[in-house]
Amino acid sequence: MNYSEAGLKKNEYEKIKDTLQREPNKTEMLIMGVMWSEHCCYKSTKDMLSMFSSKGKQVVAGPGENAGIVDIGCNLGLAFKVESHNHPSAVAPFQGAATGVGGIIRDILALGARPVASLDGLFFGNIENPKTRNLAEGIIRGIGGYGNAVGVPTVGGKTFYSRRYTGNPLVNALNLGLVPKDKIVSSQTAKPGQLVVLLGSKTGRDGIAGAAFASANLAEDTKESRPNIQIGDPFVEKLLIEASLELRDLGVIVSMQDMGAAGITSSSSEIAAKSEVGMVLDFDRVPLREPDMEPWEIALSESQERMLLIIREDDIDTVTKVARKWDIDHAVIGHVTEEKDYLIRFNGEIIANLPPDLIGEGCPSPEWPMKRPGYLDEKWKFDAEALQTEHEELGNTLIKLLKNPGLSDKSWIYRQYDSMVQTNTVEGPGNRDVSIIRVKDRDQLIAVSMEADPLKCELEPYQGAAETVAKAARSLAVCGADLLGMTNCLNFASPEDPSQYWVLNECIRGLADSCRELDCPVVSGNVSLYNETVMGGILPTPLVGITGLIENENRMLPSGNWQEGNFLVYAGIPNPSVAGSYYQQQIMGDIWGRPLPFSPSAEMDFMKRALKTARNKAASSGRVIKGGGLAVTIAKEAIKSGTGVKMDFVIPTRADIFFFGEGGPRAIFSVPKEKIVPFKHIWSGFPLLQLGEIKGSRVVLPGIFDISLKELETSWRNE
Amino acid sequence: MKTTVVIFPGSNCDRDVIHAIEKTTGTTVETAWHRDTALPKGTDLVVLPGGFSYGDYLRCGALSARSPIIEAVSEHAGKGGLVLGICNGFQVLLETHLLPGAVLTNKTLTFICSKCYLRVENNDSPFTSGYSSGQIVQFPIAHNDGLFFLPPDELDELEKNGQVLFRYCSRKGEMSESFNPNGSLNHIAGIVNRRKNVLGLMPHPERASGAILGGVDGITMWNSIKQWVERK
Repeated sequence: MNYSEAGLKKNEYEKIKDTLQREPNKTEMLIMGVMWSEHCCYKSTKDMLSMFSSKGKQVVAGPGENAGIVDIGCNLGLAFKVESHNHPSAVAPFQGAATGVGGIIRDILALGARPVASLDGLFFGNIENPKTRNLAEGIIRGIGGYGNAVGVPTVGGKTFYSRRYTGNPLVNALNLGLVPKDKIVSSQTAKPGQLVVLLGSKTGRDGIAGAAFASANLAEDTKESRPNIQIGDPFVEKLLIEASLELRDLGVIVSMQDMGAAGITSSSSEIAAKSEVGMVLDFDRVPLREPDMEPWEIALSESQERMLLIIREDDIDTVTKVARKWDIDHAVIGHVTEEKDYLIRFNGEIIANLPPDLIGEGCPSPEWPMKRPGYLDEKWKFDAEALQTEHEELGNTLIKLLKNPGLSDKSWIYRQYDSMVQTNTVEGPGNRDVSIIRVKDRDQLIAVSMEADPLKCELEPYQGAAETVAKAARSLAVCGADLLGMTNCLNFASPEDPSQYWVLNECIRGLADSCRELDCPVVSGNVSLYNETVMGGILPTPLVGITGLIENENRMLPSGNWQEGNFLVYAGIPNPSVAGSYYQQQIMGDIWGRPLPFSPSAEMDFMKRALKTARNKAASSGRVIKGGGLAVTIAKEAIKSGTGVKMDFVIPTRADIFFFGEGGPRAIFSVPKEKIVPFKHIWSGFPLLQLGEIKGSRVVLPGIFDISLKELETSWRNE
Repeated sequence: MKTTVVIFPGSNCDRDVIHAIEKTTGTTVETAWHRDTALPKGTDLVVLPGGFSYGDYLRCGALSARSPIIEAVSEHAGKGGLVLGICNGFQVLLETHLLPGAVLTNKTLTFICSKCYLRVENNDSPFTSGYSSGQIVQFPIAHNDGLFFLPPDELDELEKNGQVLFRYCSRKGEMSESFNPNGSLNHIAGIVNRRKNVLGLMPHPERASGAILGGVDGITMWNSIKQWVERK
């Protein structure tokens, strides 16, 4: 077999041959082709990812495990990670999205954690395109169909539309899990003599080499790619969760890995490499759906709902008992060895013999050229005078923005998700820009914020990525949460395009620097490249999920909780930027200019004061200013609160920039009159502007806005 | 009060209902596995929880209705013991014919998860005695198949006997198609058998059993049951 048929490059093939000191056979070649795909080994980004810092006193597990874990006190760890399932969702939206949810849940389960909440980042093409509508409906049904049945609530997410995702939508699934710290399961602790057990579904021909498929651009006709798609069964996943957690509690799991990309091969070789041991696998003992599967198919099958367990020999009866209780298959498929060889036996023959280190870590990094894209200088030549809106038009602009699918009500999506199962959901989808869950029988609340800002990343990748992190962090601070850690999903076009590779590097630099400055460790992540179709590449889309901890319910500041008679106060600089804003896109049909630069000191200052505001109960409601700017934020607060505001203040800059500009640490607070002195004390030295008084059923600023709540709400709901 | 929650493979609200009952009534809850053939001794209330038992394969609740534990549950009901089926548990009760009717796919043809308002139609039951008739309560719903259906004559019979305990309504108690999320006939959200010891409902009282979750109206149901058991 030729190396290129296996998806290997010449230098990769040569490295394998040099290491083995022989010609790899067909099975070995196919295994290496998948294991050294971009999706499995992150070869194009390995070096860049070292920019991330995972340091923090709360960090229990960082990169290297299946997901990150942070300490939330009371002997509990919070495991979390976000992962993409973009290519499968483009080809088979229902199954692609469903198995994305299932896959990330198993990543969390692999740490011994009970999955407690999911969030989803969805990026769709132009909403007017019927193809977008079909893809979106399938993806949303897939997420709901899997998450609802498996009993993990979908508590929030992020939805973004741009024609740049037409044909290549993005599905990023984030999951959170809770684990008692003394029950955390590692993937690095296998010892010689222990058994390798496969728990869960039988292995079939579905999703063969899906990882390799995810590492190339999407073909124009994606029907050909259907055999690469995995089929999910949330019922089996639910049984697998309960069985795995029961085994965890019985103390029989030495080490565990989920089977995602590249199935048995990647999960077992990863454990072997990380534990610095060898492994012998008997493929004759793998329970199969079809009798005549080739060994390479068994090795690379991505059949869903399977876990790989390492157990002590004595514990096999316990595993059998638990697996039978939950009606799922299990089989001992091999054992751990002292000699660091990774051997696969089939029909009495050794069909593959590879060093575990080579499989996981050995892939040479390709040296893609990097070049700053020329379009940036063009894009940055933007004169704000080119974009103007008359005062009397600002109301109409607000209405139009509220109807924008990226900013409007998303209940048509999240109503299809069970957001409440497990009865921990304090703030589910739709209420505010963070989701909050309780920890049963404890005081702590966990907050999580998911953000992405592809437009600003397109205009200035470094600043856009930093702004993405800052947006998530600000929201957590405003609701009263201390930052715990960050996970990210890096969705980009082909790294083989020098300018895209440069953009990718800049975005990672922006994420890494901003996280370091905000003291937010990066504990897990995922990379998805080659998001391109014949229509071109996607927008640069680094998505981040940041978790935070609220000590107790009393320290949480609500959103959408304006009270009559309160003052409405704006905190933040008066001159945001229209570059890459929804407003600019709405009016000009394109984006230009440079977003606001990231200012660590301003961000930290804002977050400290916001946290203090929540803790001292100095406000009744707070909301960070994000997409659509101040005006959209005021409208959303008014709609959610069911009350209006009468504003009366001198606009400090050009009205349209003030109301629709984006970026920077800015928020609005509803402050009870008797709290205004302590509130101003907390914020003294920070730019503050008292906008008016919460009252009535209209949003009013003489000469600019006079809109009824009803009109705002019907526009926002697109009714 | 001694409660037993039945766990089927695919149940996913079992832990939620156990937590709600234990926290709000101060009693401890036991569980029964679908393969068990008897309920724990002294069980007063059996709860069939929400979820996707047996993956909802064939029809929602159809396979669970034929699992070994169901015989013991039917026997318990036959002796006048209390049985509560929530969401998928309601579907199981319909499939076992402990309650009349069937549920069909929601009129939206989608899964719906949302807070819902219900009117308590009849407080003369072990499950609703703590409410006042006509009281508006808020319980969330989360289901794909919740459109309650029954042929017209049987539906009349059900109504005449006062077996409808909950109906979907607005926050103020108005009833119309727009406040009926799934299209149930007569806006029905929950019904009892004629003896009023078996209740099935699509909404989830356990999701309205704590202020931090945004609702407390479910607590009254747990306390009604507890009082009824203690009075007995």
